[in-house]
Amino acid sequence: MITIITNKDLGTGTEASQRADGRAFDELRPLKIEAGVLKRADGSAYLELGGNKVLVAVYGPRELHIRRLMQPNRAVLRCRYNMAPFSVDDRKRPGPDRRSVEISKITSEALTPAVFLEKFPRSTIDVFIEILEAEGGTRCAGITAASVALADAGVPMRDLVVSCAAGKADGQVVLDLSEVEDKDGEADVPVAIMPRTGEVTLLQSDGNLTAEEFEKALNLAIEGCKKISKEQKNAIIKRYGD
Amino acid sequence: MIFIEDKEMVIPGDVLADDEYHSGRGTFKEDGKICSSLVGLVAVRDKKISVIPLQSKYIPKRGDVVIGEITDIRFSMWNLDINSPYSGILPASDVFGKEKRDLNRTFDVGDVLFLRVVDVDEVKKVKLGLKGRGLGKFRDGILIYITPTKVPRLIGKKGSMINMIKDETKCEVVVGQNGVVWVKGEPTMERVAEKVINMIEEQAHTSGLTDRVRNMLFELLGKEKPSEEPKEDEEQEEDVENGEELIQ
Amino acid sequence: MVIIIPEIIKESVTNLMKNGERSDDRGFDDYREISLETGVIKKAEGSARVKIGNTQIMVGTKPQIGEPFSDTPNVGVLMTNSELIPMAAPDFEPGPPDERSVELARVTDRCMREAGVLDLEKLAIVEGEKVWMIFLDLHILDYDGNLMDAAVLGSMAAIMDTKIPETRVEGDEIIIDREKMIPLPIKEKALMCTFAKIGGELVVDPSLEEEQILDARISIGMREDGSICAMQKGGMKPLTKDEIIKAVSRTQKITKNLMEHLPHN
Repeated sequence: MITIITNKDLGTGTEASQRADGRAFDELRPLKIEAGVLKRADGSAYLELGGNKVLVAVYGPRELHIRRLMQPNRAVLRCRYNMAPFSVDDRKRPGPDRRSVEISKITSEALTPAVFLEKFPRSTIDVFIEILEAEGGTRCAGITAASVALADAGVPMRDLVVSCAAGKADGQVVLDLSEVEDKDGEADVPVAIMPRTGEVTLLQSDGNLTAEEFEKALNLAIEGCKKISKEQKNAIIKRYGD
Repeated sequence: MIFIEDKEMVIPGDVLADDEYHSGRGTFKEDGKICSSLVGLVAVRDKKISVIPLQSKYIPKRGDVVIGEITDIRFSMWNLDINSPYSGILPASDVFGKEKRDLNRTFDVGDVLFLRVVDVDEVKKVKLGLKGRGLGKFRDGILIYITPTKVPRLIGKKGSMINMIKDETKCEVVVGQNGVVWVKGEPTMERVAEKVINMIEEQAHTSGLTDRVRNMLFELLGKEKPSEEPKEDEEQEEDVENGEELIQ
Repeated sequence: MVIIIPEIIKESVTNLMKNGERSDDRGFDDYREISLETGVIKKAEGSARVKIGNTQIMVGTKPQIGEPFSDTPNVGVLMTNSELIPMAAPDFEPGPPDERSVELARVTDRCMREAGVLDLEKLAIVEGEKVWMIFLDLHILDYDGNLMDAAVLGSMAAIMDTKIPETRVEGDEIIIDREKMIPLPIKEKALMCTFAKIGGELVVDPSLEEEQILDARISIGMREDGSICAMQKGGMKPLTKDEIIKAVSRTQKITKNLMEHLPHN
């Protein structure tokens, strides 16, 4: 038998917020975005949100060598979401699992509406998302960073897609669930939008919510997206030192 | 109504103006607004708004001159990488006419050529040709890769920037519109030219570039800086529409 | 996807070397700028981000309790794995590790293991039943030449950064005490130094451009005392005996400087 003694301090929350990490219900975790961090990739971005560390590389538009994937009138946008083996508490076996395959698919669908794919028929734009450290909300962090990397690569877009989750933890509808809130909470609603028009390009919901709670969570997530959107822009402007 | 200033930096989705303005390169129109589709600098000309991108891939256009590398030899043509999402082909007939000859004795895989884009068809097949002054295979020298949108900046107004580099380093310099630059001269001078061109690539979006390039050249060459700094031209880069300017 | 190097680049780099120069102005024994940070991934028990020039690798360690190999029942296990993820270069494909990736992991593993970097016997918990298995994962983020030396440098640093829970056995119960995290039992330090042979010259820390045109490559793993713990010859052309011997003696000098980059405990 193996007994594990842990010292994980989950916190008790403050009276004001009742969230484990002391945040207000509509408060994001600390956020940092940087554009143009890799040499070889055409575009890249690094993002930290709370304990999440995400790196994204974009290659393309480039020649597509797989004929059956080729679209005669537009480019294909391929995404690969991958977790580093050391990014989580228990080592993750390398290679895609069902979760990462699904996230790759919805990420591609979240980004596609924003990209002028019709300008590059028969080519591919490849987005590689690497989760270096995961602390809840990595799919949203990946999408937010991927938009910055696409812009950095000079890919023409209608808008920068931005993503954020809201959900319900401890009976309260809150923004940007941490890992603990995600695991112990009642529901998680990841959302991505194109902020200029407010159109939604990603929506998932995992858990139980009343219709009222869902609407509240959706509004909260959209407000969170708008805050993150400003940081995306700052990261791109900063890349060119202005 | 216009919401931005000339030369302001914008990102995709930024709203630039109402539709009393015309939508130029790097912009699109949606719901009566002109928006940017790229990261770049705004250029307002009369009522036309464009965004000059800071980063982009080369999309082949008929008449362009490009530097390409042979990647494969096929039955009656060569395949070339032209630093683009679309590769090019050079038909043997363009080189030999009707005469039948051994293709790999003429150009081999790894050879670097200066070519003209003869045609781009609906399925993005890029046909290249060698007919024209200065076109053909490069021997010796080095290659430098820059962002294709920065090519006009490297050329400068009426070739001012590129001529300064040529004059000071005594190198031959050929610029492809696909962002590939060939430099040939004394090996140390080739390195000087490379450093200067890389600096232009990094700082293409800033003003006062010509002076900085001149200073850098003089410093690398160990020459004294000109006491009277020539006044910088208003560096309004023009589109290089005509490939001949690049060949010179 | 195969990347073909333009012939004139081969010629210009080779000609420069024959004149004793490199295209990025380095001397033949000079590394590019090296930066090393440890403890960058909180969820990993040990981690390091290493950069040599623009080459960038993230290394993380994860300890797990497992069963020892039957022929070595009282020693722990160090498992090295590397992924040349498609982020790092346009010609890296998604999918299971290819031969380059496997070579990188195995050479790194040999260098660490044969040097005796870890006292593996101290990683045994219950003889023949339970030992610590340390997973060392190399995540290649940006490939701009010389992954070998970056991989070993990053691995060494990540191992030095690693802390595992203290364990004790009480009756037939194993207690893993996460409140008492202890460093790994490190006995030795080893690093690797790679040379590229171009135009008859051997140059250290090949850049991507140099790596793409090299005739041959030799990587030498060395302990702090200058003894050799691993070697790997690569590339499609041969090396002379003389070249190999000279590379070893150059490595003895270069490794001393390289060791300075490791964290000082």
